[in-house]
Amino acid sequence: MRKIIRIIFFQLFIRPLLVFFVGVRVSGRENIPLNGSFIIAANHSSHLDTLVLMNLLPVKQLNRIRPVAAADYFMRNPIIYFLSCLFFNIIPIERIKISRGNNPLEVLLAALNRGENLIMFPEGTRCKDLESGEFHSGIAHVAEQLPQVCVVPVYLANMNRALPKGEIFLVPFICEVHIGHPLWLKGTKEEKMKVLKDEILKLKGNAKW
Amino acid sequence: MDKIAMLLSSSLVYQAGGLVVGILVFSSLVIWILAKTPLAPHTQELKARVQSWWIMAVFFFSAILVNPKITIGFFGLMSFWALKEYITIIDTRRADHRALLWAFLCIPIQYYWVLSKWYLMFLIFIPVYMFLFIPLRLVLVEETQGFLAATSKIQWGMWAFVFSISHMAYLSVMPKIGATLASGQSLLLFLVIVTQANDVLQFIWGKSFGRHKILPKVSPNKTSEGFWGGTLSTAFLSLFLRFLTPFSVVECLFFAYCIAIAGFFGDLVMAAVKRDAGVKDYGQMIPGHGGVLDRLNSLCYTAPIFFHQMAYFYY
Repeated sequence: MRKIIRIIFFQLFIRPLLVFFVGVRVSGRENIPLNGSFIIAANHSSHLDTLVLMNLLPVKQLNRIRPVAAADYFMRNPIIYFLSCLFFNIIPIERIKISRGNNPLEVLLAALNRGENLIMFPEGTRCKDLESGEFHSGIAHVAEQLPQVCVVPVYLANMNRALPKGEIFLVPFICEVHIGHPLWLKGTKEEKMKVLKDEILKLKGNAKW
Repeated sequence: MDKIAMLLSSSLVYQAGGLVVGILVFSSLVIWILAKTPLAPHTQELKARVQSWWIMAVFFFSAILVNPKITIGFFGLMSFWALKEYITIIDTRRADHRALLWAFLCIPIQYYWVLSKWYLMFLIFIPVYMFLFIPLRLVLVEETQGFLAATSKIQWGMWAFVFSISHMAYLSVMPKIGATLASGQSLLLFLVIVTQANDVLQFIWGKSFGRHKILPKVSPNKTSEGFWGGTLSTAFLSLFLRFLTPFSVVECLFFAYCIAIAGFFGDLVMAAVKRDAGVKDYGQMIPGHGGVLDRLNSLCYTAPIFFHQMAYFYY
């Protein structure tokens, strides 16, 4: 039932909103793997990011993609938590009080092993610009444990102008999505994150805005 | 009686449509022939342009023919896309968010005045009420850094892409003129075809004979050969469209020449806006042309001027 609601919600509401109202332009759509596990890693500046990234995938994959979200933010209110699970199928992970019992890595590995794909924002929160934000190493940990999983770097442009942090009304700015080639990250944790960040910065160079 | 009048005036739309289709068939043929010659590599951009013209012509004529509400809605959508492209390329501040939202909200309001034919409100809503309201909304955010620049940018966008474009919608609902077949609808066709023909003719004259640049810092493609060749040939070719209007030959030359000059300057002003924002064109919406704005830029100037000339002389 939830799966059907999610598909209807995206097809009837989110897709027309993004295509006709906001006007999202996508380049490199062919870089998203059709089969096999992957993690989409993007810069994060707006709540719009998750919608845009989920919308990139074909309908069949919609129920297999799980945005990784901060538990302290999305679970602060039961209604928000219920809606974000219903419509966006989030995986809440702990950012602050991490213990052996709620290890975020375990949750992510379990999801990937179930055949689900992840959306992750390595900046860990909504940042104004990509350069200043430090990348957190969650993706490197996952890649360490499951080397067969590839990481798709994505640069999202103009999202924070359309829907900035702390704003509830959307203003239609033309947004761009630049999708890079999938990466199989190698080396140490720091090397992995540096490769990923460099790839996203390279994609930023192609962005018009 | 009304039915007959309507049929007759829509027969004008069909005639104009036939003329445009004829021109497009001819251009497609020329490009098809050129593609067989050694000039083939140069035809790619032209081909994209003509293909886009086909699509734009189909959309435009369908919007005009179906019913007046669709025509108004069509121009409303044009305003929406143009304003969106405009605010995307200019610099905006985080503090402008709500004021920008209001700029978009004034699109349905402005086109509602057109729909309800509230002429006075249509004329003053943006230049008076929104002009005063935008700075008011910006002041509530308490961000004085860049206040004046933000105010003017938003006001200019609303003026050019909502107020100005909505004149075409209002023209389309203007009644029949006296004993002629001409109506607001056919005048709208005259305005749009002459404006676009002027763009194309200036381009062709400039590419073929352009030597002396005018204002190269703003637009490197504008030459005085393009300007004179384009505006004069536009004025003469407009005589073929006289059947859409109540004009005498002299009047037709005069109004078409006004459109040509206004279109030229509209193009230049928008080129300066783009240059200020640091982009070459407004987007990739229309292959070969750039964005919606790249097609509307001349109309931003020609529409209000032609509309008020008609309002003064014929209504």
